[in-house]
Amino acid sequence: MTSVEKVPQDKITIEGLTGDAAIAHALKQSDVDVLAAYPITPQTIIVEDFQKFAADGEVQTRVIPVESEHSAMSACIGASAVGARVATASASAGLALMWEILYCAASMRMPIVFTVANRALSAPINIHNDHSDGMGMRDSGFIQLYCQSSQEAYDTTIMAFKLAEDHGVLLPVMVGIDGFILSHNVERVEMLPDDAVQKFLGVRVPVQPLDPKNPITMGPLALTDYYFEFKEQQDEAIWNVPKIYKQVEAEFKKMTGRSYGMFEEYKTKDAEIIILAMSTMGGTAKAVADVLREKGEKVGVIRLKMFRPFPAKEIAKAVSGAKAVMIFEKAMSFGAVTSPLAMEVKSALYDLEKKPMVVDFVVGLGGRDVPPTTFVEGYEKTKKYVEKGKAPLYETLGVRK
Amino acid sequence: MTESDSILRHPMSKYIREDRQPWIYCSGCSVGVVTQMVARAIDNLGLDFTKTVVVSGIGCTGRTSGYFKTGTYHTTHGRAIAFAEGVKIANPELEVIVVSGDGDLAAIGGNHLIHACRRNIDMTIVCVNNFNYGMTGGQFGPTTEHERYSQTSPRPVGNVEHPFNLVKLAASSGATFVARWTAVQARRATKSIETGIKKEGLSFIEIIGACPTEFGRMNRLGNGVEMHQHLLEVAEIQNGLPAHEAELHYDTRIVCGEFVNIEKPEYTVVLTEMNERLKKG
Repeated sequence: MTSVEKVPQDKITIEGLTGDAAIAHALKQSDVDVLAAYPITPQTIIVEDFQKFAADGEVQTRVIPVESEHSAMSACIGASAVGARVATASASAGLALMWEILYCAASMRMPIVFTVANRALSAPINIHNDHSDGMGMRDSGFIQLYCQSSQEAYDTTIMAFKLAEDHGVLLPVMVGIDGFILSHNVERVEMLPDDAVQKFLGVRVPVQPLDPKNPITMGPLALTDYYFEFKEQQDEAIWNVPKIYKQVEAEFKKMTGRSYGMFEEYKTKDAEIIILAMSTMGGTAKAVADVLREKGEKVGVIRLKMFRPFPAKEIAKAVSGAKAVMIFEKAMSFGAVTSPLAMEVKSALYDLEKKPMVVDFVVGLGGRDVPPTTFVEGYEKTKKYVEKGKAPLYETLGVRK
Repeated sequence: MTESDSILRHPMSKYIREDRQPWIYCSGCSVGVVTQMVARAIDNLGLDFTKTVVVSGIGCTGRTSGYFKTGTYHTTHGRAIAFAEGVKIANPELEVIVVSGDGDLAAIGGNHLIHACRRNIDMTIVCVNNFNYGMTGGQFGPTTEHERYSQTSPRPVGNVEHPFNLVKLAASSGATFVARWTAVQARRATKSIETGIKKEGLSFIEIIGACPTEFGRMNRLGNGVEMHQHLLEVAEIQNGLPAHEAELHYDTRIVCGEFVNIEKPEYTVVLTEMNERLKKG
């Protein structure tokens, strides 16, 4: 680890930035060698802003606006294989079109940073936010970090390179922001000076790049003889993430004073019911918790940032004292026992002797608004379920039936 | 219906879902013009509209399918032709029309375009080429000319890539009818769409359109009217010209006309014959 220092306030640039623009600035400062992407709403501004930086000579990056997302992720792998620092951006159907290559990126241990403006999957076509694209790639081997604010999107994008390129990890990272809700809303962002980011990240040191002087073959057949060993190593690598992520965050905190953890806890200490949500819903949940607390309700919030690897033990510990965990999530797993986030949380709690009830609400699909009243509705239901001692495996809120 | 209502009603409105109005298109856009060309071609031919399927991909032109009052499908980005192939193969009696943009058909769906041409499957592809991805905000695409400006190829450098000439691409891939018109040559273009629909095989009709909101604005090409006037000025009609000579230089010369009209076995006919042969065998 390099030694970084606290950046003095007068070196910080403060701007109002959308989530997309914040990511574009972070990518610019991260000295990306290659960026390959294809336009898809609501991610487009990331690449557009980045292209302006490129046209103005502010970055040395080779930007390739390719002919599809499938090509974008493929080009990223090629560039990463020769040792470049690589990024891309997409959403929804574009992310889904990358699916085949996502698995290759993770399996070939390519430290690509993939920023996603999370958006609903087709069909029918919908450009608004939910997490079905992110959940669709949850088993691909990508690290997944979901952000609540433009500041966090900026910070996380920078940290993602350090995490991905760490030799103990060498895995691609998805940095998720809620489409439109965060990607297109302007918030105050504190930006570091370029040299601080460059010092923090350093230059990528590839482990085994494609190099004509030392010829190697990447991705050849590994059948019954070796395939399983590759997967075993990949599994080992992703469980190195929590430790390295903590180190990366600690260093980033030294520089900025900011850190987020694998999840954020808000008023959970004495909470009887803990709301668990990801991304921008975390903000709404905290505001709801404040109001409910004023009314004497013992409620807290966990805003999960790291979905992959899932911090099972830590989450189990954080909620073990509560009567119930009320999950708000923006994805469905059709025909599954429950929804993706609830499945993780329930599995994480299984070995606890005394475990809180898990109540799962699927909300906000296709960008349906999730106002504070929906949280209160869920909260009232959760209280009833706690009284009865029984809750449905999952249910939807805010939908016409 | 009162008399004034019947006068106010557009003659093509019988094909259009009026409850979906107003159109989403910007003022000065060519997509509405092309939508009318397709409607008029259907009308002129007296097609059984209940057996006509309109398929489109993603983007501004991709929205076309949703406006037609028949069986239509708005597919995902690039998949319009592949989807339409499925429709045609499953029920060859249907008249299949694909309406989509250059970005959808030639970039993310480019592979489907060349392979559908190669197969010579009976469908009519109407491609509105406005030289950029309009819907997502004006990024450069597969038809954007070298050094043109766009959201992803801003000043001072512009686009470092070179464009496809879609007429040449479709012709060399095996399409049996290939034509190009601009959006202002509405009658000629409509005639070509009619010929394309009647043709038993793959017909590719490129309509050069204007996107004043994005491509026009970024390249300072004027408003919609000015852009369409320009298209008329630089259009050069050369019916029967070999497709490989059908040049397209936005500023100076857009060669228009019908370039390919040949006969080749049609894919679904061949498939049916093969099945018949297998049954007999």
